[in-house]
Parts: sequence; structure tokens; C-alpha cells
Amino acid sequence: MSEQDQPILRVEALSKRYGDRLAVDQVSFDLWPGEVLAVVGESGSGKTTLLNCASARLLPDSGRVDFLTRHEGVVDVYRLSEAARRLLARTDWGYVHQNPADGLRMDVSAGANVGERLMALGERHYGRIRQEATQWLSRVEMQEDRIDESPATFSGGMRQRLQIARNLVTRPRLVFMDEPTSGLDVSVQAKLLDLLRTLTHQLHLASVIVTHDLAVARLLAHRMMVMKDGRVVEQGLTDQVLDDPQHPYTQLLVSSVLQP
Amino acid sequence: MSSTLSGTMGGAMSVTAAVQVRDLGKTFTLHNQGGAELAVLHGVSLEVRRGECVALDGPSGAGKSTLLKCIYGNYRTTQGSLIVGEGENAIDLATASARQQMAMRRTTVGYVSQFLRAIPRVSALDIVAEPLMEDANGDPDKLVAARRAAETLLLRLRIPVRLWSVPPATFSGGEQQRINIARGLIRPRPVLLLDEPTASLDADNRITVTAMINEAREQGAAIIGIFHDQRVRDSVATRVVNMADFK
Amino acid sequence: MNADVSRAPDSSDSGYNFAYLDERTKRMIRRAILKAVAIPGYQVPFGSREMPLPYGWGTGGIQVTASIIGRDDVLKVIDQGADDTVNAVNIRRFFTRTTGIATTERTVEATVIQTRHRIPETPLQDHQIIVYQVPIPEPLAKLEPREAETKMMHGLAEYGLMHVKLYEDIARYGHISTTYDYPVMVDGRYLMAPSPIPKFDNPKMHMNPALQLFGAGREKRIYAVPPYTKVESLAFDDHPFEVQRWEQHCALCGAKDSFLDEVITDNDGGRMFICSDTDYCGQRRENLAAVPANVAEAKSA
Repeated sequence: MSEQDQPILRVEALSKRYGDRLAVDQVSFDLWPGEVLAVVGESGSGKTTLLNCASARLLPDSGRVDFLTRHEGVVDVYRLSEAARRLLARTDWGYVHQNPADGLRMDVSAGANVGERLMALGERHYGRIRQEATQWLSRVEMQEDRIDESPATFSGGMRQRLQIARNLVTRPRLVFMDEPTSGLDVSVQAKLLDLLRTLTHQLHLASVIVTHDLAVARLLAHRMMVMKDGRVVEQGLTDQVLDDPQHPYTQLLVSSVLQP
Repeated sequence: MSSTLSGTMGGAMSVTAAVQVRDLGKTFTLHNQGGAELAVLHGVSLEVRRGECVALDGPSGAGKSTLLKCIYGNYRTTQGSLIVGEGENAIDLATASARQQMAMRRTTVGYVSQFLRAIPRVSALDIVAEPLMEDANGDPDKLVAARRAAETLLLRLRIPVRLWSVPPATFSGGEQQRINIARGLIRPRPVLLLDEPTASLDADNRITVTAMINEAREQGAAIIGIFHDQRVRDSVATRVVNMADFK
Repeated sequence: MNADVSRAPDSSDSGYNFAYLDERTKRMIRRAILKAVAIPGYQVPFGSREMPLPYGWGTGGIQVTASIIGRDDVLKVIDQGADDTVNAVNIRRFFTRTTGIATTERTVEATVIQTRHRIPETPLQDHQIIVYQVPIPEPLAKLEPREAETKMMHGLAEYGLMHVKLYEDIARYGHISTTYDYPVMVDGRYLMAPSPIPKFDNPKMHMNPALQLFGAGREKRIYAVPPYTKVESLAFDDHPFEVQRWEQHCALCGAKDSFLDEVITDNDGGRMFICSDTDYCGQRRENLAAVPANVAEAKSA
């Protein structure tokens, strides 16, 4: 089968319990190459827990995550060795944190942040690392001459751009994003959304984006899933779910927004 | 119902019409208003073949736009079947997967809504070219060709060249509508859904758009549209269907 | 390491076991050392004891030395290359009082050398053991504060982060500015902090005939480089590893190949460069049978 005929990520019956509370309850979904899936819901709906379980950052209690690798076919992510899983996470996957400080090394320069994944893969040529980092800074619309500055001196929007560049430098095919634009000013948010939209498009990135902001889902996602109390209550094409919501909770969500 | 349609589950099937609507019903259930139900469509059946242009008629509130949105998959159907496409590409929207619906929008059905949903910071030219650029898969030659095709359309629709590189959010209603039409028509598709495509156009542009719709139909598109303007309707429609007939 | 240690000799303080530590503790530490030797560069945890010296004064090195030293051993202790600085003098006196064994300032005479910040210039022999005092055994500690994560990185040999540090050096200063505790790869597997020795000494660790032991008292870690083990200093292809070089020669012995300390000689800005390794410098002067070089002459050279 060609790549286009198989999902790049297949999540099956994932569950995660915190004490008595079921944070994620039997959630399944398929994600296809180049497809952007938004997971929406309010705080506590389990969307971030789902993201972390699907991205192998948090061990689920049950369920399974299959990933279509570049060269070795489909792998069961949780049956890979720790080494292989970590390699996957820093090559073919990306993870964009809500708070850029969680995804960046705040005490090293922008260039080193972008170059780290390359060095982790064995790149040992300073000049090439720097060249690659420069290109990525410009790709995320940052000034190249800030390559030696510390992210601690950057604005929130710039830090988020840097985090994105740091993730994309190894050309991943799947990027997980946790509320990538919340916590930013509205104007900064709009620019970042546009950047994400362009990059996912140009790089044919598959992405799972957790957001509580329906406008983010509208702009970025092909499909969306609505979560409540750990379950998926509704899913479909993004415009379908937003324009013709079926579930009472989705209707409430959509009607609560001024113009999604 | 044609025998080939029985028991279809969104898979490949053989269909002669580009759009086949059978006993379609659409009811909105408003859960947050005591579960009130709004039955907008009921018992709608319609077949449209390639080369046909069907104008939907009826008073406002009769469900014309709702029907177009159902055919585009923007609204989900409550009842009946809704088969779009021909041959292997035909799918029943009532049962099709999200992935099939996305493929349908990419290859089979174009939709020109009344209002342009502008995307921040994307130029008018790129908005128009986007459907072709998606097909290009990064091939630089195809990307150039997509932009060139967009330029041709924008010229024809009299969008001043100085606006091509500007995001259309600030454009006038008429300009936005022409951008929308150009985007909807740039990639020839077997099915075209038009919701008031000429509502805010001046006479010259109305004539141009009318001509473009006819060209698309002559090239084999099955067109379903809402045209309030009598002159436009008379010059593009091969058939008029009154929504009231379904009630 | 090679003698009967069941009783303290006459010349030492009574009331303490030989070399201060009790025999059980020594066995525990020896086990850690054996494991460390078996897995070159790997940091072995051990039950570090309270010592009659504060942390930072070489408690890790002292415990290692105390566990391996025997009555026939000859001990040399250096601090910054010198045998006569406070730290070296105190540790040497500590072992004299608790073991009564012979000590020396001569590198060639020593069987065990405990060191802080230097490797002697005189090449070590295969019957010698060098014990390093280590403040921070984890080379990744400054870059990755989570210990669970650094352990994972060692386990999986994920060492890209160390190059991030070197990258930062070049980006900031145009060259790798790390001059001491310069990270090394041991036997192609484990990333290791060589303790705060100058990078000048890094090449001496490579394929050294002596056994090299490292003790970190506060951090409770022991690690080792067995004799004749590959020790490679990290670098970039286009920024290779380089050791410090001086334009001056040693003002006392004239050495061109040793690590030099800059010494302020008066309140008028007078200074000179002399060997950091006092034994090496002294031997050279003896062997050359020459009068100490004229300081002023060396300064102008």
C-alpha cells in the first residue's frame, strides 16, 4: 500500500485514569498524512491527556498507538524500545507545548535550540548546523541575526516561533500541538496561526492540535473531534462540526463563541 | 430508486447522474433550546446530470441554501441518501467517511458561497490559486501554472492587478464575491454548487460570471445554483426546481 | 591495595582503622570501583561517608584512595599540580596519620596519586593509580537539571545535548571556550566529566597505562577509566579539539610543553609563567643541572 492509503497515526481505544477519574475513555481516531485534526473541549475534557498518550509522553492504561514510519512500515509505538521511541519523537515527530519555555532550552541561544535535534542525530559540523538553523529562523519569520540571542529575551510569539522551528528542523511528518497559540496577544496569535497553516500545508504535516479555541480549529484543521469528560462526543469535517453541530455539548460550545 | 444504489455504504458504485438526492430530510435539533426541532428539508429528491444547470427556486426559508450545504457536506443529512459523483468516485454523503468527503471536495464538488471566508495574510491571488496548488504537491512548475491560471481568472473578473497581492479581507463585497467565484471555478470539477454567485456584482461582471457558469456547464459540470437575479437564472439554468414542490 | 591492612602501623594515630574508613565501607567502595572499571565512564552510585573534611575538599577522592591504598603504597597528593598547597598538604597529612604509609612528591615514585585539577606532566606507568577529586560528576548536569533524564540519556547514549553546549561556546566566542572539565567520550560509549582538569590534560587520559579512578563525595558517584582505554574529547568537524598553548616558556625550568600558571610576583604588575606541576618543574631543573632561569630574561622572551 502506498503512504496515502494508510493512516500515519492510528489511535485505538486509548484510556487513561487518574485515580478514580477517567481522563480519557476509549478514544480512537485515525490521522492521515498531511491531515490536521483539532481536538477541542474545555479544560478537564481530557484533550491534553489524549494528546500526551497519543504522543507517547504519557503511558496510557490501555489502548494502542500505531505510527506509519518512513521506512519500516507501521509500528506499535508502545511496543518500541524506549530508545526507538525517543528517536522517533525527535526525528519524525514534533511536539509544540503551550508554554514555549517547556519546549525550549531557555538558557541556550536560538541557534542552539534549533540545532539540538540535528546534533542529537549526529551532525558534527558547526557550519552546517548554523546554516540550517538560520534557514529555519527565516522560515518561521524570525530575524536571522537573532540566532545567537537567548529565547529569554524573546517575546511570547517569537518564542513560540522558535519552538516550532526547533521541532521542524528534522522535517517531522507528524506534529502534536498543545494550545499552540493561547497565551499570546490576539494579533500575535493571528500571525502564528497563519504561519502554522502555511507550514503544515507546505511540509505536508500531519498534526493533532489541542485547542479550546474554535477559531483555531476553523483556520487550521481539516477535521475536528469534540471531547467532553474524556470521551469524543462528536467528530467530522471542521466546517461540518462548527456549522451543523449535532451534540448538545458541541452546540453549546459553538453558540458560546461570537463568531467561530 | 435505481437498483445500483441499494445498500450502498459510501463505497464505489455506478451512477449516471452527478448528483442524486433521494428522499432527503434535514432537521435541526436545537438541544439548548429545549430540544426544539426545525424541519428544513423533507422528502427532497433530485437528479442532476453533467451538462445540466438546475436553478433552485422558492421563497427564502424554503431550504435552498441548506440543500446546497447538504450536497457539499457542510450540513449533515438527517434522512435519505445523497449520492455525489460518478462511477468509482461516487459516494453517499449520508454514510461517507470524513476522508471520503474531503476527497470529494477536492476532486468532485466545488462550492461558491455567498460570502468569502478570507484567511488572514493570504493574498487574493493565492486564495484563488489554492485549489490548484493543493494538487501541485510542491511541484514548482505546477505552482507557477496555478498562479498563472489564477491571474487569468482575476483579469477576466476585472480585479485590479494592484489588489492581487493583498489579502481580500478589506475588499468590497463585489470584489470578494468575484474572488470567491474565481476560487470556486479555477479547478474544473464535475459538480458545482453556486449560492447567489452574482448577488453583489455590477452589470459587466454579472455578464462575465454568467458566461463563466455557462462555460463550466458546457465543459460538463453538473451545476446546482441559487440565482435570485431573473436575468442570470434565465441565461444559465437548463431547469428550474421549486423547493415548494417537495413539501 | 597490596598489603595486610588489618592493623594500623605504629606511626599513625591510634583509635582509627587503617586509612580511616572501616573495612565494610571499603568493601562497598571497592565493589563500586570494580563496577566502574567494568563499565568505563559509567557513574556508579556509592554510599558516600561523612569525612573529617568538608565537601569540596576532596571527600570523594579521599574515600576512593582510602579504599584502595595498602601499607606498601606510596602516595602523592597534588592540588593544581602542586604538592604543597593547603588541600594537598592536608590530605597527605590525613593519610600519613591514618595509615603511616610513605608519601612522595615525585610522580615516578608514587603508586597512588590523588589529584585535584591536574594530571602530572610525567607520563604515568601501568603500576600506578590516579584518583581524581570530582565536584560534579554529571557532564550534562548544567544543561539538563532532571537527573532521571540525564540517566536516560546515558542509558541510551543520547549525547546531542553536550554538543549544544559546545555550539554555544562557538556561537558566543568564536571557538570552544570550555577550558577545563572538557567533556570526553570514554571507549566510544559513555560521556564523562574528566573533573576540573584543564583540557590541556585531556589527551593524557587517552590510552593511559595507569588506572584512572574518579570519586565525587557529595554527589556519591564513582567512575573509572581502565588502563589503555580510548578517551576522546568532543568537538565539531570544523572546530576540532585543541589544547591550550602558551607563547612563554616556564620561567623556572624553561619547559615548552607543560601547563603554565601565571603568577603575580609583585604589586607593580610583575608576573611570570611557571609550570603548574611542581614536581615536573623541579625534576627538570635538577636534571638540567642548570641554575634557575633568569626571571627577567624569561619574561622578555
